[in-house]
Amino acid sequence: MSSYHYDPDLKYADSHEWARREDSHVVIGISDAAQDMMSDIVFVELPEIGAAVAAGDAIAVVESVKAAEDIIAPVSGSVSAVNEDLNDEPELVNKDPYGAWFLKIEVEDATELDNLMDADAYSAFVESQQ
Amino acid sequence: MVPFADYELPVQYAAGPNAEHRSVRTAAGVFDIDHMGQFALSGEDALSFLQYVQVADVSSVKEWEARYSLLCYDDGTIVDDIFIYRLPEKWLIVVNAANREKDFTWLQSFTHGYRVALTDVSDETYMLAVQGPKAAAILDRMSASDIAAAPPRTALQAEVGGVEMLLGRTGYTGEDGFELYLPPEKAVPFWDALLAEGAGDGLLPCGLAARDSLRFEACMSLYGHEIDARTNPYEARLGWVVALQKPAFLGRNALLKVKLEGTERYLVGFEMIEKAVPREEHGIIGFEGQVVGHVTTGMKSPTLDKFIGLGYLPRGMTRIGSEIHVLIRGRPRRARICKRPFYRARR
Repeated sequence: MSSYHYDPDLKYADSHEWARREDSHVVIGISDAAQDMMSDIVFVELPEIGAAVAAGDAIAVVESVKAAEDIIAPVSGSVSAVNEDLNDEPELVNKDPYGAWFLKIEVEDATELDNLMDADAYSAFVESQQ
Repeated sequence: MVPFADYELPVQYAAGPNAEHRSVRTAAGVFDIDHMGQFALSGEDALSFLQYVQVADVSSVKEWEARYSLLCYDDGTIVDDIFIYRLPEKWLIVVNAANREKDFTWLQSFTHGYRVALTDVSDETYMLAVQGPKAAAILDRMSASDIAAAPPRTALQAEVGGVEMLLGRTGYTGEDGFELYLPPEKAVPFWDALLAEGAGDGLLPCGLAARDSLRFEACMSLYGHEIDARTNPYEARLGWVVALQKPAFLGRNALLKVKLEGTERYLVGFEMIEKAVPREEHGIIGFEGQVVGHVTTGMKSPTLDKFIGLGYLPRGMTRIGSEIHVLIRGRPRRARICKRPFYRARR
């Protein structure tokens, strides 16, 4: 059985990103289940600040010893910040998946977050995929 | 767990691939490599048969010594890379899991006219590897025999942790260490005893991912990646294995021609200048902007903390220091050809 951690204050996408609203910005990272399934993270490629994104776009890349995966934007807007720490220490994603955010998107329409799952729905989704 | 040549093998254990990798570079690690195949060869023509079917000269190999070698097709391409042990009354040939049946059939097809017995003993032999600078000391503590005194590329029969086994001072990690051949029913208790004995030294169980990153840093070829049935030993930088002075052996004519004329491409090592992860099958772009080669293995090196790779490039484009581009996720990324191996253990 999995023993993944699910932060109850976050929203989750079926592509395993988490999102947290901060005023007009949405902070994005990957879930504990995602980092565990990927194994050791070795590289993160972040977008340019100011880049326009639409929900569903691949906006960043996370690479592990196993594979390269796209980070999918759960909301539309423009990139307002990226976590530069991940350039030098991508392993922070393994150590603290809910602290090691990837980027922030300044959103036009925060209701797009409503399309995401809450922690309970997401944990049920992860279990169903095992 | 992943299927690997029909075996279920752990890619990693709890510590994770990078921690497992570091344990082998700094302390010790144990690998379950029972998927490897082992053939026993005996009979009065065993030496002459072996001299014919593989490329190394093993005539000077003494009892309890081991040699790396290759099986080659008539056209000089590679059937498999193998390890050969000379034991009293017999030879042991260790082959890659994915090639076990192919190799056995191939070798069997040349036995006609030789007084030899060739037997696949893989199922009667459990194979573990204990690797790392502390491997010898840990095994030594578990045995009354002087395990640590064995020179590199030699073998000995000893009782270790109460289990009678064959140990070869060989490996596939670029570190000192041993490969162990023991009865299958003893493998689990021995594994547990070894982990208990080595825990204080930092010994970890290691999976396939660490095995791959370790052999890659040491630039040891992996069949299906750096070498295969379309690759000859010279382009794979394994020319040193081929003993052309032997009178007749499989692939000799073709290999002699390659040796004299050179080959169209060569394996090179490269280091990314732009941060990005090179992976197998990524294209390599030459000076004129076209894809002229491909990556065979690439990753972020856990020891060097750099993004590095191995790949093939056309002759004339392999000079150390030359800049190339690797096509990573559709984008050309700058890299530089560098020396191999990427890592060499301090002795």
